[in-house]
Amino acid sequence: MAVDKDTVTRIARLARIQVPDADRAPLAAELSNILGWIEQLGEVDTEGVAPLASVVDMKLRWRADAVDDGFIPDKVLANAPDHHDGFFAVPKVVE
Amino acid sequence: MSLIDGRTGAWEIVIGLEVHAQVISEAKLFSGAPTAFGAEPNTQVSLVDAAMPGMLPVINAHCIAQAVRTGLGLDAEINRVSVFDRKNYFYADLPQGYQISQYKQPIVGRGTIAIELPSGETRSIGITRLHLEQDAGKSLHDQHPSLTYVDLNRSGVALMEIVSEPDIRSADEAAAYLGKLRSILRYLGTCDGNMEEGSLRCDVNLSVRRPGGALGTRCEIKNVNSIRFVRQAIEYEARRQVEVIENGGTIEQETRLFDSAKGVTRSMRSKEHAHDYRYFPDPDLLPLKLAEDFIETIRRTLPELPDAKKRRFVSAFGLGAYDADVLVAEKETAAYFEAVVDARDGTPRRDPKIAANWVTGELFGRLNEARLDIARSPVAAPALGGLIALIADGTISGRIAKDVFALMFETGKDAAAIVAERGLKQVTDTAAIEAEIDKVLAANADKLAEYRSGKDKLFGFFVGQVMKATQGKANPGAVNDILRKKLAG
Amino acid sequence: MTTLTDLTIAEARDGLARGAFSAVELAEAHIAAIEKARALNAFITETPARARADAAASDARRRAGTPGPLDGIPLAIKDLFCTEGVLTTAASRILDGFRPTYESTITAQLHAAGGVMMGKTNLDEFAMGSSNETSHYGPVENPWRRTGDNRPLVPGGSSGGSAAAVAGRLALGATGTDTGGSIRQPAAFCGIVGIKPTYGRCSRWGIVAFASSLDQAGPMTRSVRDAAIMLGAMSGFDAKDSTSADMPVPDFEAALTGDIRGLRVGIPKEYQVDGMSAEIRNLWDDGIAWMKAAGAIPVEVSLPHTRYALPTYYIIAPAEASSNLARYDGVRYGLRVDGETLDQMYENTRGAGFGREVRRRILIGTYVLSAGYYDAYYIKAQRVRALIARDFTEAFKSVDLLLTPTAPSDAFAQGDKSNDPIAMYLNDVFTVPASLAGLPAMSVPAGLSSAGLPLGLHLIGRAFDEETVLRAAGVLERAAGFTARPASRD
Ligand SMILES: [Mg+2]
Ligand SMILES: [Zn+2]
Repeated sequence: MAVDKDTVTRIARLARIQVPDADRAPLAAELSNILGWIEQLGEVDTEGVAPLASVVDMKLRWRADAVDDGFIPDKVLANAPDHHDGFFAVPKVVE
Repeated sequence: MSLIDGRTGAWEIVIGLEVHAQVISEAKLFSGAPTAFGAEPNTQVSLVDAAMPGMLPVINAHCIAQAVRTGLGLDAEINRVSVFDRKNYFYADLPQGYQISQYKQPIVGRGTIAIELPSGETRSIGITRLHLEQDAGKSLHDQHPSLTYVDLNRSGVALMEIVSEPDIRSADEAAAYLGKLRSILRYLGTCDGNMEEGSLRCDVNLSVRRPGGALGTRCEIKNVNSIRFVRQAIEYEARRQVEVIENGGTIEQETRLFDSAKGVTRSMRSKEHAHDYRYFPDPDLLPLKLAEDFIETIRRTLPELPDAKKRRFVSAFGLGAYDADVLVAEKETAAYFEAVVDARDGTPRRDPKIAANWVTGELFGRLNEARLDIARSPVAAPALGGLIALIADGTISGRIAKDVFALMFETGKDAAAIVAERGLKQVTDTAAIEAEIDKVLAANADKLAEYRSGKDKLFGFFVGQVMKATQGKANPGAVNDILRKKLAG
Repeated sequence: MTTLTDLTIAEARDGLARGAFSAVELAEAHIAAIEKARALNAFITETPARARADAAASDARRRAGTPGPLDGIPLAIKDLFCTEGVLTTAASRILDGFRPTYESTITAQLHAAGGVMMGKTNLDEFAMGSSNETSHYGPVENPWRRTGDNRPLVPGGSSGGSAAAVAGRLALGATGTDTGGSIRQPAAFCGIVGIKPTYGRCSRWGIVAFASSLDQAGPMTRSVRDAAIMLGAMSGFDAKDSTSADMPVPDFEAALTGDIRGLRVGIPKEYQVDGMSAEIRNLWDDGIAWMKAAGAIPVEVSLPHTRYALPTYYIIAPAEASSNLARYDGVRYGLRVDGETLDQMYENTRGAGFGREVRRRILIGTYVLSAGYYDAYYIKAQRVRALIARDFTEAFKSVDLLLTPTAPSDAFAQGDKSNDPIAMYLNDVFTVPASLAGLPAMSVPAGLSSAGLPLGLHLIGRAFDEETVLRAAGVLERAAGFTARPASRD
């Protein structure tokens, strides 16, 4: 599958990664190359094969409904680039 | 079904509701942080909820049980295997950059809810699915001129998203559906149904079409957070869509917000980039598998739900459908009523119809005036039962009972104590009643003469005088009998 | 006491027990070695003060008579493990200044076992790479040099800093993480031992996630016995990780009996890939011969989907990574590059914070999960992954273990493959299949290439059968008699 520059723009937007305009065409070529190589999977007959759901045979463990965490606002905010009055702060969002 | 009268003819509204119901649990869906409402910002947050690097989710067993319980309460299929997926998108209050939700394989499949309409008609609304997912945090846009503040206290709280089929045809039906769903959740104890605190939130999917025609393009109205707003949003949005189409426009599939101050819906600015959530199974979790005995244990502890309770109130207690509806709508009311009736082994200790009248009449009236809910009623159910017993055994009259009830409501004392302390016990001693009647007749010789000359209507006047003289305590039956004899001379 | 840095963990354990030297002396010797070897760029953060404190506490414990299994042992920690109060970077600019307020389960276990933390080792950014050239903190140099050629070589990746630290005698052991070969390939390139245990054996809690269904931590050491000792301390059930296996941890050291008589060793024919060099082929043949001489039975087996493992991996790992790395958004920790709007802040932060390879993989992962491509790429890959896992299940019906080379070549020079992503990806051709199937696998140094560089042999075992893998590795280790040392140490 060839990836064009517009596709790079679209997925970079989805991934919220700023890609300078000049980098988009070369990136499109790189991604096309990798996806082209990946496409050999098309050769494999996977008719009737269920997608792998878990790597090793394990049962999902359940936790008891007990409060044993929280009440650590200092730890939660310790590394925040910007915080005020106990809140994380980000550029204003207009809905 | 209620049609809209457009300029070009009639239009049918097609509505599906997505309800997010907060699961009642102590801890969050995938962490051990508390779920309490209204705490200081970022205090109910674990490192998992804040999506610190390397943090991992571990599922809360009780939240699974609550989802299954709700599924059983909605007569729905319980899926023995379900899968948690990641729904990927960026937002300030979504710390992981994805929401753990269930997409292709939800924990609960198809079910139904029966709704009663104001007309008395009953309809069945299909449930498409119920799935478990994490709540996001909260963004506050009005705390700072150039910043949005983010509080992660709700981040990771368990939600059940309950999706209806597009079976709803009017604002009335939507309101009835939401009310019924809320009632069922509260009976089950799986969601407190508190719409003000956001425990129950509703997204409305709405389209219009020619009656019975092909489905139109729908718009999703987000976060409509009261039943009243749901009505308003539906009425506004349906009109808007009809107008757009009738003016030659087309409806674009989009997400809209309900502005409760203006009563209108408006397009969300953030639609500029189309969503592509890139769902895939969360590799930090394994498929959720439910054992039969787990499901059966929950099934055995299901409470009687509003529909079944209503049927029993009608068939076993002889209540009318309307009274039964009123009494079962809130589980606390139903529980109160049942405690008043006190039907051990199915035999009511108090007359259910009289009990129903007291609960929906005097009690509701007083509670309303005092702005109290039934859980905080100063008159407990056994006390009201006691009052009804005093009426039944002739200790007090129905008229006196209303005064006694008022005193009970004010003082919290029980009926027998008030009756004793105020000497309100009914006078049934015929000699004492005769004496009072004699006094009244003597004092009203003129009226007595009129009566005897044929003015029968004055009988009521004499009864009233006697009751007044006895401060209402005279047994009304005895007063009637004796008075009739004396008047006849 | 220069020889202190040449000890194995087992030797140091005995020396400490005998009182031949103290933990503080052992730590000081390594602190000095680390200072001298800064040119390798093996560490992002050195923690000498912490090492001295840990060592002093260890000596005190020993005097009190209650030493743990790793008491006083100098260890290097891959900078993908969150360490409380100590800068944790994943070698990415986006985690600038991040000091976790918590300790990963594994580093907490190592600390509880008495381990002495020397510092946080360099790696490929977010563990994405096979050469340690994608680190924001610069490339790591392999302590080895080609005979007669002084160009710096890559240590392999992504656990390249850990491998260089252990090979360069800067620590007696190091933690690594392995998603597609990131413990085994650098172990092979640096002439040390590395084991990726079964998925679920070691907790992932507190390790910066790359691809959750593949990531697994493991030890990197200079001997098989050391790997067994260290793996024992790293393993175990963790209630905080839903994919952690609730199973008892065997005594791995006790598994090193040296007896592999009757063991059926599978030789997968599909691992003879096109263009495999003669020296790799010869090394593999040596390994087969050594096993046979020790009484094992070589059996040719088929793993028919082997050649599809790499493309499968390069769908699944980037897909998971694109989602795992969404949390680096400039809101709660790490780098923030301001912007007018929230979205601009995200784009600026992530654009500046992620390096080229990470960005490439996030974009690939985003693409293969996006509407219209999910079934064709992601679901297809998970189906092929199921077939790859089934291949192993079938093979393990007739054999107890698989033997292959670890990597298709010896260490290459810095810059040689950095402009060709696919050539770089091919480094993991032998290690990725076991990762996809979650199986335990191990690299043991087994010989030198014609350029005088170490080469590794690779053993793959049944799920949760690290004991057989370690036992066979011990036999290979003895037979190979690998005693060569990196040139920079001569
Ligand atoms: Mg929705
Ligand atoms: Zn939802």
